[in-house]
Amino acid sequence: MKKTIITALVFLSAISLNAQKYFTKNATITFVSKAPMETIEGTNKTTTAVIDATSGAIAFSVVVKGFVFDQQLLQQHFNENYMESDKFPKGEFKGSITNNAGVKYSTDGSYAVTVSGKLTIHGVTKDATSTGKITVSGGKISASSEFSITLSDYNISIPSVVKDKISKTVKITVNTGNMDKLK
Amino acid sequence: MKKILTVFSLLLSLCMAAQDNLDSLLNAGDNSPKKEYVNNAFKSTRVVMGQSMEMLGAGVLDFRILHRFGSVKNGFKDLFGLDVASMRMSFDYGVTRNLMVGVGRSTLKKELDVVAKYRVIQQSKGEKSFPASVLVVSGMIYNTSEWSDPTRKNYTTSRMSYYHQLIIGRKFSEGVTLQISPIFLHRNFVELTTDKNDMAAVGIGTRFRLSKRTAFIIDAFPIVYGARTNYNQVPISVGFDIETGGHVFQLHFSNARGMNERAFLAETTQKWTDTDFQFGFNLSRVFTIKKNKSASW
Repeated sequence: MKKTIITALVFLSAISLNAQKYFTKNATITFVSKAPMETIEGTNKTTTAVIDATSGAIAFSVVVKGFVFDQQLLQQHFNENYMESDKFPKGEFKGSITNNAGVKYSTDGSYAVTVSGKLTIHGVTKDATSTGKITVSGGKISASSEFSITLSDYNISIPSVVKDKISKTVKITVNTGNMDKLK
Repeated sequence: MKKILTVFSLLLSLCMAAQDNLDSLLNAGDNSPKKEYVNNAFKSTRVVMGQSMEMLGAGVLDFRILHRFGSVKNGFKDLFGLDVASMRMSFDYGVTRNLMVGVGRSTLKKELDVVAKYRVIQQSKGEKSFPASVLVVSGMIYNTSEWSDPTRKNYTTSRMSYYHQLIIGRKFSEGVTLQISPIFLHRNFVELTTDKNDMAAVGIGTRFRLSKRTAFIIDAFPIVYGARTNYNQVPISVGFDIETGGHVFQLHFSNARGMNERAFLAETTQKWTDTDFQFGFNLSRVFTIKKNKSASW
């Protein structure tokens, strides 16, 4: 009996030691708004991303002011008029990989995943689900996803003067790049 | 057995903790800047007449068209001054985020003007923050109109005026910005022998944000030295900033018709108290010449 328990314990501790997390501070988020008169693109290369391989938990955090636009004026309007980044400095996603069991974090390959959780933008939190991909290559893992959000869902209003310049939905691309394995 | 259970539960709790600390990891990876510059204190590089504490971004060209109509005091005779117009066109360019140069021309006296504005310190918050922005402005104005008296010996230098300005400004909140801007003006040539060549004024500019895209603005330059009695008045402009996508409109009423520093400081003779002021607007349109590469902090 004792032996069995000890074996179980050793086994368990082995699992817990394997509770592997991946982390990066340099994930990229790009958003694109395609409207009849103008295409607007903003990129943030300083997004924090965390994946817990054991539980499948996944989280992102992005500083809104870190988005960079080719045109300074767009960047200014993005922060001042639309995202109100002084009031709502961060965007966040917290959720889990629903088919985490299917991802072999130690075997090279590309795994299609579905992620669902809560997305917070402009101070508004909504349930969000998206498909994405986790790539394992030479022991390094990275994750990517592409989805669309409707601006009005997050209380971001578009004044009628610029309605031909800003689309009602924007496409968001997330790419973690190679993530660091946490010891 | 008990011992084993303890170890077991300890391990279990360790396991749970591991699941729970994604949040703490996110916080550990906090990419928020430690020091953050305060931007957008004014909508435009001018409050109304004078320079504001706001700069253009690096590689941004600002094309400005300024209009001042005639005095409203004549009423319907000239449609409250709208029949009369004086204008100034200018190009300002952001060389770096802290240096702006510009050139402009006014129809009034056919004056050309050049300006350089440098931000010494930018207001910031966070680590090693500074509560205000400090800027220096220098400019020259060159009169290109014909000599008033061609028979006398005229000097090219007589066409020139210079000004130097210090701007200290603070954005107190999203809604309120205030700046104080002492300015010194030197005119090489003045009308009367009793006129002083030097003038000094202390500019006061303020903005109250009314909504995301509109603001109430006041710009005044109380003259502290060099005013001709019963002639020079304090230039005061009051109006609204309206932002529409790529344009900023500054619609205002002012007793100053001049649109460069010499003209509005030395040639404002109308009195608000006599209902002698005019409607005017500044239109600013920015163009991105060089792509922006930096975030807003």
